[in-house]
Amino acid sequence: MAALLEVSGLRVTARDASGGEVTIVEDVGFSLERGEVLALIGESGSGKTTTALALMGYARGGCRIAGGSVRLGETQILSLSASGLRALRGRRVAYVAQSAAAAFNPSRRIMDQVVESALIHGTMTRAEAETEAVELFRALALPQPYRIGQRYPHQVSGGQLQRLMAAMALITRPDLVVLDEPTTALDVTTQIEVLRAFKAVVRQRGTTAVYVSHDLAVVAQMADRILVLRDGRMREVGETARILASPEHPYTQSLLAAAAPRPHGDGVVPEEAPPVLEVRGMTAGYGSLTAGGAPLITVLRDISFSIRRGAALGVIGESGCGKSTLARVIAGLLPMAQGEMSLGGEALPPAVEQRDRDQLRRVQLVFQMADTALNPSRSVGRILGRPITFFHGIKGKECARRVRRLLDLVQLPASVIDRLPGELSGGQKQRVNLARALAAEPDLILCDEVTAALDTVVGAAILDLMDGLRKELGLAVMFISHDLHMVRAVCDEVMVLYAGQRVELGSRASMAVEPWHPYTDLLIRSVPELRQGWLEEAAAVRAPEDAARRTACAFYNRCSVRIEGICDRTAPPVQAVAKGAEILCHRGEAELLSMLPPRRRHAA
Amino acid sequence: MKDFALARLVAMRLGLGLVSLLLVSLAVFAITSLLPGDVAQELLGQAATPEAVAGLRASLGLDQPGWLRYLHWLGALFTGDAGKSLVNGQPVVALIGSRLPNSLMLAAATALVSVPLALCIGITAAMWRGSFYDRLVSTLTVSVVSVPEFLVATAAVLVFAVHLRWLSALSSVSSIDGIVSFLRVFAMPVLSLCCVIVAQMVRMTRAALIDQLRAPYVEMAILKGAGPVRVIWSHALPNALGPIANAIALSLSYLLGGVIIVETIFNYPGIAKLMVDGVSTRDMPLVQACAMIFCAAYLFLVLAADLCAILSNPRLRHR
Ligand SMILES: Nc1ncnc2c1ncn2[C@@H]1O[C@H](COP(=O)(O)OP(=O)(O)OP(=O)(O)O)[C@@H](O)[C@H]1O
Ligand code: SF4
Ligand SMILES: [Mg+2]
Repeated sequence: MAALLEVSGLRVTARDASGGEVTIVEDVGFSLERGEVLALIGESGSGKTTTALALMGYARGGCRIAGGSVRLGETQILSLSASGLRALRGRRVAYVAQSAAAAFNPSRRIMDQVVESALIHGTMTRAEAETEAVELFRALALPQPYRIGQRYPHQVSGGQLQRLMAAMALITRPDLVVLDEPTTALDVTTQIEVLRAFKAVVRQRGTTAVYVSHDLAVVAQMADRILVLRDGRMREVGETARILASPEHPYTQSLLAAAAPRPHGDGVVPEEAPPVLEVRGMTAGYGSLTAGGAPLITVLRDISFSIRRGAALGVIGESGCGKSTLARVIAGLLPMAQGEMSLGGEALPPAVEQRDRDQLRRVQLVFQMADTALNPSRSVGRILGRPITFFHGIKGKECARRVRRLLDLVQLPASVIDRLPGELSGGQKQRVNLARALAAEPDLILCDEVTAALDTVVGAAILDLMDGLRKELGLAVMFISHDLHMVRAVCDEVMVLYAGQRVELGSRASMAVEPWHPYTDLLIRSVPELRQGWLEEAAAVRAPEDAARRTACAFYNRCSVRIEGICDRTAPPVQAVAKGAEILCHRGEAELLSMLPPRRRHAA
Repeated sequence: MKDFALARLVAMRLGLGLVSLLLVSLAVFAITSLLPGDVAQELLGQAATPEAVAGLRASLGLDQPGWLRYLHWLGALFTGDAGKSLVNGQPVVALIGSRLPNSLMLAAATALVSVPLALCIGITAAMWRGSFYDRLVSTLTVSVVSVPEFLVATAAVLVFAVHLRWLSALSSVSSIDGIVSFLRVFAMPVLSLCCVIVAQMVRMTRAALIDQLRAPYVEMAILKGAGPVRVIWSHALPNALGPIANAIALSLSYLLGGVIIVETIFNYPGIAKLMVDGVSTRDMPLVQACAMIFCAAYLFLVLAADLCAILSNPRLRHR
C-alpha cells in the first residue's frame, strides 16, 4: 500500500530585505503511513513551521513554495487551484496552531469556531457537528463538555484552549493533522494533561499526524518517527527509539546532549560564605496600598530567603506565579509593600530612587528579552561603556580596555565592539546583555529567564558561561526560570513559588529527594523525560479542579492530598523536613512521603 | 458583577462627557465675551451718545461682572431658555428651531451617502489589498484628504453651477417639492462634505480591517478552508467593528467643521450659517447657543466613538 503522505524535494523561498530570494526550506522529503505520527524537530528558524504549512499548500506572507511535490492520497497538493486548496484545508488536512490564544477569534464563541470547518465543507449539519464537538471535548478531557462551547476564548485557560483547538482540527475527521508546537506556550503541569489528551485521541482515532516541536522529550512521547531539521535541511530521519538511543548526525547528538543538561559545579557553597542578599517577609504587588498595608493586587506574599556569595539560587514556578515580579522588587523597580531586604548586611531601601549609586551598582537585572533590553541604535562598545562610566567614572582608553575585557569574559570576539545589536545573533545579544550587567561589577545578578528565548544548545552555552563567571568573580546569581531541568542543573539552592508564595526552599540535593511539597511533586512529575513511554507511566496528577474559590492554601484546588476543612480554612505552616528543605504545608513529612505516589526513579 | 463593571465604565465616560460639556460652556462664554466690538455700540451706530450706549448696555445686562452673566446664562440654558437675539429681539430658541432641521437634514444626507460608500470601498480595498484597485483607492484617498472643503465646494460651484449650469449655486430649501429639486439643492453641499470624510473613513476602515487580517486567527480560518468572503465577514469584520465605528463617529464629528464652511459657501440656511451671521452682527446669545450646539454634537460623537470601542471588545462584554 502506498504511503498516505509523500513529500519530496520540497523547497520554500522567502524574499529578504533587499528583495532577493533566499531559500528557507530545501529538499525536504519524507513519507507517512496512515496512523503514523511524524515529528519535525529543530530549533527556531530551522523551517519546521514552514515545512508543516507547506503540507497544506500554504506559505506565509513573503514566502513561496518554489518546488517539490506533496501528495496526500491521490491528490497532488502543490498543483491544486485556490478552490481546490480551500476544499482540502480543514477537511482533509487540519492545523493546530502554536498559540491557541491568538488563533481563536476573540469575538466569536468557541463552539462556532470549532464546528466551522464542518460547516464550510458541509460534512455535517450544525446539530451533528455540535454533537461531535461535545464528543471530542469529552475525549480531550475538557471540563463541562456540554457548556464550554458557549464561552468566548478569553474565558477558558490556555491549556483548555489548546485542547479546544485540537477538537477544532479533528471535527472533520481529516486524513492528516498538522500540530505546530501545540504545547510550547503551556506550563509543564498543563502540558502533561494536553499531551495525554492528544495522545489518547490520536490513538483512539488512528489519526495521522505531523507534530512540530523543538522539545525532544515531548516528541519522544508523541511520535513514531522523528525528522531533524536544521537551517531548512533534513539532517536525520528515523524511528523515535533509534534517534534517542543512537543519533547519527552530530547535530542530533548535540540536541540530545543539550536536552539533558549535566549538573554544573558540585552544588555546595561553603557554609561560611556571607549572605549577599537577605529577604525577610517580602510582600509586594500592584495597585495602591490597602488599609492593612498590603497592595490591592498582592502578587508576592511573605517571601523569605537569602543568597550567599558565589551561590546560585533558582526560582521556579508556573507562568504568573510572580517570578518576574520578585526580580523587579529586588531591583527596586517595584518597591515592596512589607518586609525587609539587606544587601551585604546593610538595609536595602525598597525603591530604586532611594538607593545610592553603590547599591544600584551591586544589584543588576538581566532580562529575558535581550532584543528589547539593548538600545538598537548604539554600538556594543557604547552599550558596555555607559555603565562603566556611570558606576566607576572611567572614560577613554581605560574604558575601552575594560569593554574588551568584558567581551573576553563573555567569550565574544573584540570585533563585535562596533556592531549594533541588530547585527548579532540571539545568543550573542544575550552575552552582550550579560556583559552589560557585569560592567557594573555587581555582587548579585538577577537573571529573568535568560535562556528562555534561546535554543537549547545556545542556552546551554550561556549557562556554562554563567557558571564560570560565578566561580571566577564570586558573583551571586538568582536564576528565574520555568524550566526545572535548567534550575536543577545550575543552582545550589532552589525556591519553588506557587501563586506568589514560597512553597518550598531547599538545596539542590534536597530537590532530588522525597518528600516534596505537593506542588513541587506535581511539577517534578510533569516534566517530560527523554524516553519513550514516560507519558503512559506518569501517574494522573491532577486532582479534580473545584470552582476557583480563595482558599487558605493557594494550592488547595489542585492538591491531591488536601485535608478538607483544614487546608482551605487555615494558612499552612512552614515546616522543616529532614532532607534539608522548608515546605509550606499542613501535611507532615511522614504523611507526604506515604501519600504521594512513589517515584519510579528520579532522573536528577 | 461583570455587567456592573461595564456599566460603571460607561457611566464614567458619560460623566466625563458632561464635565467636558461644562468646561466647553465656560470656554464658549469666555471666548464670545472676548470678541472685539460692543453690541450696544453696534446697535446704536456711531452717532449715539455715550449715555444712550451705557443705558442700552445696562438694559441688556452687559454691565454686570462676567461670572454673574455666565451663571445666569448657564442657568437659563438648563431651563431651555437661550435668551433673546440682541439684533431682532426674537427668542434664540425659535431662531435656531427654524434652522436646525435644515442642518440636520444636510448632515443626515451626508452621513447616509458617505458611510455606506466608505464602508464598501474600505472593505473591498482591504479584501483585495495590494491590487491595482487598492493602490488606486489609497492614492485617491490620500489626495482627497489633503484638499479642504472650501476648495471642493468652490470647485463644485465653478463646474456644476457656473460652467455646466446643472445646479444653482445658492441653496433654497423652501423650493424643494420633489426628488429632483431635492437633489438639485443637496447635491453640491453633500458632495463637498462627503469628499473628505469618505476618504477618511475609507482609510480607517481599510487600516482596521488589514490589521485584523494579519492576526493569527485569520490564518487559522484560511487553513480551515474559509474563502475570502467568509474570512472578511465572519472573522475580520466583527473584530474590526469597534475601530470602524470609532472611525465613523470621529469622521462625522469632523463633519461639523465642514458644515460651517459649506453652509457659508452655498448660503445654505442652516444653523452654521446662522452662527456665522450672528458673529458678524455681534449677536452674542445666538452665537453662544449655536456654539454650544456644535460642541455638544462634537462631544456626543466622540463619546459615541469611545463607547463603540469599549462595547465592541468581547473581553469587556463577556467576562
Ligand atoms: N503591572 C501590573 N499590574 C497588575 N498586575 C500585574 C502587573 N504585572 C504583572 N501582574 C500580575 O502579577 C502576577 C505575577 O506576574 P509575573 O510577571 O511576576 O509572573 P511570572 O511568574 O514572571 O510569569 P511568566 O513565567 O509568565 O513570566 C500575574 O498574575 C500578573 O498578571
Ligand atoms: S496545605 Fe493542604 S492543600 Fe496545601 S499543599 Fe499542603 S496538603 Fe495540599
Ligand atoms: Mg516572567
